Amino acid sequence: MESLMSLTATELGKRIQAGEVSVREAAEASLAAIEAREPKVHSFVTAADRETVLKRADQVQRQIREGSLKSPLAGVPVAIKDNMCTEGMRTTCSSRILENFIPPYTAQAVVNLEQAGAVIVGKANMDEFAMGSTTETSYFGVTRNPWNPEHVPGGSSGGSCAAVAAEECSYALGSDTGGSIRQPSSFCGVTGIKPTYGTVSRYGLIAYGSSLDQIGPIAKDVTDCAVILEAIASHDKKDSTSIAREDYRFTEGLVDDVKGMRIGIPRDYFGEGLDPEVKASVLAAAKVLEEKGACLEEFDLSLVEYAIPAYYVIASAEASSNLARFDGVKYGYRAEDAGGLHQMYKKTRSEGFGAEVKRRIMLGSFVLSSGYYDAYYLKALRTKALIKQAFDRAFEKYDLILGPAAPTTAPRLGESLGDPIKMYLGDIYTISVNLAGLPGISVPCGLDGKGLPIGMQLIGDCFQEKKLIRAAYAYQQTRSYERCASLKKGAFGNE
Amino acid sequence: MSKQYETVIGLEVHVELATKTKIFCSCSTEFGGEPNTHTCPVCTGMPGSLPVLNKQVVEYAAAVGLATGCQITQYCKFDRKNYFYPDNPQNYQISQLYLPICRNGGVEIETENGKKIVGIHEIHMEEDAGKLIHNEWDDTSLVDFNRSGVPLIEIVSEPDMRSAEEVIAYLEKLRLIIQYLGASDCKLQEGSMRADVNLSVREAGQEAFGTRTEMKNLNSFRAIARAIEGEKNRQIDILESGGKVVQETRRWDDNKECSYAMRSKEDAQDYRYFPEPDLVPVVISDQWLEEIRKKQPEFRDEKRARYKEEYGIPDYDIDIITSEKRLADIFEETIALGCKPKEVSNWLMVETMRLLKEKETDASDIRFSPAHLAALIGLVEQGKINRTVAKGVFEVMFTEDMDPVSYVEEKGLSMVQDEGTLRSTIEEIVKNNPQSVEDYKGGKKKALGFLVGQTMKAMKGKADPAMVNQILLEILG
Amino acid sequence: MAKNVITDEVIEYVGILAKLELSDEEKERAKADMAGMLDYIDMLGELDTSQVEPMSHVFPVSNVFREDVVENGDNREAMLANAPEREEGCYKVPRTFE
Repeated sequence: MESLMSLTATELGKRIQAGEVSVREAAEASLAAIEAREPKVHSFVTAADRETVLKRADQVQRQIREGSLKSPLAGVPVAIKDNMCTEGMRTTCSSRILENFIPPYTAQAVVNLEQAGAVIVGKANMDEFAMGSTTETSYFGVTRNPWNPEHVPGGSSGGSCAAVAAEECSYALGSDTGGSIRQPSSFCGVTGIKPTYGTVSRYGLIAYGSSLDQIGPIAKDVTDCAVILEAIASHDKKDSTSIAREDYRFTEGLVDDVKGMRIGIPRDYFGEGLDPEVKASVLAAAKVLEEKGACLEEFDLSLVEYAIPAYYVIASAEASSNLARFDGVKYGYRAEDAGGLHQMYKKTRSEGFGAEVKRRIMLGSFVLSSGYYDAYYLKALRTKALIKQAFDRAFEKYDLILGPAAPTTAPRLGESLGDPIKMYLGDIYTISVNLAGLPGISVPCGLDGKGLPIGMQLIGDCFQEKKLIRAAYAYQQTRSYERCASLKKGAFGNE
Repeated sequence: MSKQYETVIGLEVHVELATKTKIFCSCSTEFGGEPNTHTCPVCTGMPGSLPVLNKQVVEYAAAVGLATGCQITQYCKFDRKNYFYPDNPQNYQISQLYLPICRNGGVEIETENGKKIVGIHEIHMEEDAGKLIHNEWDDTSLVDFNRSGVPLIEIVSEPDMRSAEEVIAYLEKLRLIIQYLGASDCKLQEGSMRADVNLSVREAGQEAFGTRTEMKNLNSFRAIARAIEGEKNRQIDILESGGKVVQETRRWDDNKECSYAMRSKEDAQDYRYFPEPDLVPVVISDQWLEEIRKKQPEFRDEKRARYKEEYGIPDYDIDIITSEKRLADIFEETIALGCKPKEVSNWLMVETMRLLKEKETDASDIRFSPAHLAALIGLVEQGKINRTVAKGVFEVMFTEDMDPVSYVEEKGLSMVQDEGTLRSTIEEIVKNNPQSVEDYKGGKKKALGFLVGQTMKAMKGKADPAMVNQILLEILG
Repeated sequence: MAKNVITDEVIEYVGILAKLELSDEEKERAKADMAGMLDYIDMLGELDTSQVEPMSHVFPVSNVFREDVVENGDNREAMLANAPEREEGCYKVPRTFE
């Protein structure tokens, strides 16, 4: 029998509502998959305790039976990226410094999901504090790409994407500061949305770059993503940057019709550095949309290469301040026998943070320090304004922008960390979207010669998620979800 | 000292605002709770928590700005000030650097040397830190975050003051303005008003400022005056001996009457301010500003003029009554209940001030209500009790705020109105004091006072002195 | 060869600001990394931004407030539960001043 985890979240949700599958059966399927596949994939930092999961499943089942829970996600197992606080369940940001942190409250996005009847099966691995593109900077060890364990799943939401691709859960939440949902979605062959800044509450999301961070859904297809986004998005009074949107009915975008949709293809996204196989695959996907009636046009977006340095200044500066609270006083790791206060701070933080996090904290502290603020930080904020203007101009002409999610498919483990700048260049197509606060989606559009997935990215104007969803949905109607090769081959063994 | 020196002083005054909740979370600001009982994820810097601004803080800050002649920044923002210290849970303080809410104001002060304006450079909003309790025995400190996140405004003056007298006049002026606004109780001792003193000295006639130092930990007017004197002398001594003043932060120890540098290698004093990404800008529209302006109360100078005109009480009384918002409020409310201004003023000036001093409390702590004071005044006016009894009743009222009418009744303190009883008591007194009667008749008018006193004593104070006088005179012929 | 040169003093200073203590080896690596990043960031100098205001918030949202109403009760236990060291209802730290 095929695992219930091979269904999409909404298919499983439907069967649960119809009484064909019990919530407990769904939970058991997820727990079994986790037990079988974790040794090979390692998507999770913390797998939820079996008793807790089953208890929760029974509670949701009761509510469904009583008729008080009708959400399409009720009873469907989910993985939560480990930078979202979950009351009573360890939340580490994949860092030693939060190794033993048990939050006293739950992130609003997760609260919203729980209200929709979600059953949390674990906390997904990630790059430490979401700083990285490979999930190799996790203190708890790397996550492997389910398509090929010699390759990385991408990052920083690598655990979330791997868990979905390896069918350890039905869907996951990730967060995206510079591409951290879209790039690993692309590497793992799943669909992920980074919503417009302010759409999903950041309350309880452990901040990396506050002005850039957004939580979003990761699932097998865009239908799931639209349903999940509808569940997690809300105007939250606890997050001052949360926006009261006029329309949260994202599933209305699930329409197979792109006739007349104007799609801009930035030449800057198809130049030097782009893998030819990725290029061909993304352009083929664009062709599909054109055949369905969309109007494609090439254009020059401009400023693309400046987004990376601007991003690293802004994100590192914010991170240097956001991560100052990890000091061994209130929670988390504290170095032993450190001596005086300042020694305790230094020892705790030096032992608690990994190399990439320290690198960014140092850079961020430097660019904000006396004498450099104008030259670096303000310059980056001005560049950000220019990038926003460039997108504004593009969206006067186009409904969407189409390009690759990443210049390559997933690199091999251990290849990326040695040269930080080269690694940062991998974010070139995703990063400017965060600077401009825009929504973006990554949709699987094929495999390369090595059998690794390729993702197409669609970028919308702010608050235009429905257009993204519409185009992605229309595209996905032309092809079925491609299960990851290891699952097809049974490489994870008998379950 | 061969040369003449001038002291140049600027102040950074922190005032805790009288909001019910903290600046960025809905924890109570109440004073004196058990450690960490007024805390939540936001004010303990939990990962993932986010600040949301308390609207009342903006209103109070803008109100103080308007009352001190500042321009209100109608588009203002918050910034993060980054530094590590255990009382600062996020290791950054949310404050305002680039666009503070108020700028370019000033207040008029008056000292023996006349009037002058002390300029206000800016006023900004920020959050208070927690409290550290030092354990002498095991080299540790304990952190209590109850005060963490209590709203503050920091009022930064221009370096316009030249003496401790001016500094104290300025602080008094600020205290009154803010108290009148109800924006804070401004108690130095309890820390709801705190002043850091920036001080430099320069040779008389020299235009450029000298190098300044900043002094912290000043929690009384006396400490401020002594610290200014001490620091001035320290700097002059350095200059006289050919040295250079180092720009630094110093901590004043009022017990030892000296200051010492707070610098350490670990204090880089580089706060890396940048715009707070978790908070959106505050836009104060003309309309909102107008509403805040309309709510401005009558301040002391206006009250002084009106009291003189409306109530005709002496300047001396006016000065004392308007020196505390609470006194002025009680004064006006008691008059509104129908009492004579001078009568109310007397109770405040004499008895109230005496008891405040005796009990070492502040006018803002006064507990008796204007209604009860009016009732007490009524009892005296109606001749129900005499002044001596009234003073005793007031003393109880001062601590317990009970209704004086029922109290007088319960304790049987009303004056004896029955002339027969009084007359027979006086006759008895006259009979028992033949010497005094003789003295009086012999022209020693003082002896009458003694007889009145004896009568009051016998009546346990419950007689109308006028009536006693009258009957005595009758009997003595 | 990096154009920016990060000296030992700068790394030392940034370490004080960020409360990080690096081993000699880490210091050398950090110097090279930071110089490389700054060279890369210097690319922004090619852009004429003289006519642009720095943009800290992407959307022109303003005036998000709370009313001044107490909603939180006593959360002490929950807040202290993760403290590495605690005493008498407080967080305990090495002595703060000499």
